[in-house]
Amino acid sequence: MEGGEMRLTLTVNGKPITAEVAPTTLLSAFLRETLGLTGTHQGCDTGQCGACTVHLDGRAVKSCLVLAHQAEGRDVLTIEGVAAGETLHPVQVAFRDRHALQCGFCTPGMVMTALDLADRLETADEDAIRHGLDGNLCRCTGYGPIVAAVADAVRGRKGERP
Amino acid sequence: MMPFDFRRPASLAEALMAGEGAAEPRYLAGGQSLVAALKLRLAQPDRLIDITRLPELRQIRREPGRLVIGAAVTHAEMAGLSDCAALADLSGSIGDLQVRNMGTLGGALAHADPASDHAAAVLGLGAEIHTDRRVITADDFFLGMFETALEPGELVIEIAYPLPLQAAYAKVRNPASGYPVVGVFVARTRECIRVAVTGAGDCAFRLSAFEAALARDFSAAALAGLVVSPDALNRDLHASAEYRAHLVGVLAARAVEAAR
Ligand SMILES: Cc1cc2nc3c(=O)[nH]c(=O)nc-3n(C[C@H](O)[C@H](O)[C@H](O)COP(=O)(O)OP(=O)(O)OC[C@H]3O[C@@H](n4cnc5c(N)ncnc54)[C@H](O)[C@@H]3O)c2cc1C
Ligand code: FES
Ligand code: FES
Repeated sequence: MEGGEMRLTLTVNGKPITAEVAPTTLLSAFLRETLGLTGTHQGCDTGQCGACTVHLDGRAVKSCLVLAHQAEGRDVLTIEGVAAGETLHPVQVAFRDRHALQCGFCTPGMVMTALDLADRLETADEDAIRHGLDGNLCRCTGYGPIVAAVADAVRGRKGERP
Repeated sequence: MMPFDFRRPASLAEALMAGEGAAEPRYLAGGQSLVAALKLRLAQPDRLIDITRLPELRQIRREPGRLVIGAAVTHAEMAGLSDCAALADLSGSIGDLQVRNMGTLGGALAHADPASDHAAAVLGLGAEIHTDRRVITADDFFLGMFETALEPGELVIEIAYPLPLQAAYAKVRNPASGYPVVGVFVARTRECIRVAVTGAGDCAFRLSAFEAALARDFSAAALAGLVVSPDALNRDLHASAEYRAHLVGVLAARAVEAAR
């Protein structure tokens, strides 16, 4: 039947989930409205701002440009799944220590992209970090502290002192 | 979005049949162009066929003298390949990290944006586009703005790139989107020199005068004095046709200098 709901099975933040979802549903809407995971922010809804960034099988994607059914059988990680209970992830600690957030609207997306970058980058090269953050807009903090936080996260992963 | 149903065929044979019974079926790859078009109702398919998991479209093969890349390989995966630095650099320059993690080679070619980065390399290297029914040469593939030689229901399976002796891609990036305002791909192969331009016209095109000059002398100096007519070039809020014509010359010289 055209447009009818379809079964969707996936893992979100380590938890197996099954739901009946219309094919037109965006992954961002499924996370926010069906699962109530509103840490994934909706900024532009056109793929420009990166506030909606989540991980699909470990890689950063813009959830407003992904249909929920494209995540069938995959692992989705949202900002809610990054910390271990009350213990922040090192990337989150770096954001806090560097004052890399002000209003916090862009922060969930920034952290999700930073996690992918911290995993990819060999060195904390500033140009590479700026290129990597190209898909995330911040309208108030300024990029300096955010770049510094990602650099700390990359160095931290390498066991170097920030 | 208008309603559609969603299919995820498990095999290539199933994928090719999956459009049956639908009025306007569409293949879905990374969705980085299509999902945006669905939201704007620029595309109103009644069925989407997700082809991203078909093993035939996920392969990367090294054959003598060429590199064969499946249509569903992502820009990010291509950015990590060490076979051809120019192709990896080009792939790593597309959009942003999130777009590269989802967007695919086949989707970019089928979509045929006038500023598609991949179009420049496919045309510049003289690649072959292998579909479910035939092989299309790069010179015959791009027909116009968002227009290719693909027939309705034709599925791009893989792209075969001849490996060049030397190549490079130079682009002026739109700082907001990452799309090239103009991009030029230059390749020196065993047989010839190819110079392909993207972002400047309706679709990617070659520059025969530049190719002839570089065939005589593969150096940036050989391009001095060559002019590009702005007549058929794009003009929009990002750049005038005259500025694009100027960029073609500048970027071709940069690509020749960077070719390795
Ligand atoms: C913010 C942003 C920035 C971008 N910046 C750039 C940039 O700098 N440079 C650039 O080149 N592109 C850019 N893009 C576009 C991006 O490269 C897309 O990934 C690409 O154009 C489409 O690939 P896709 O896999 O997402 O295809 P989809 O969006 O899934 O599909 C696009 C079209 O191709 C068809 N299709 C897909 N796969 C096949 C196949 N195997 N056979 C036949 N038809 C097929 C679909 O039916 C659809 O019509 C950007 C996109 C966004 C959202
Ligand atoms: S809400 Fe998805 S990129 Fe802005
Ligand atoms: S912290 Fe306010 S938009 Fe980035």
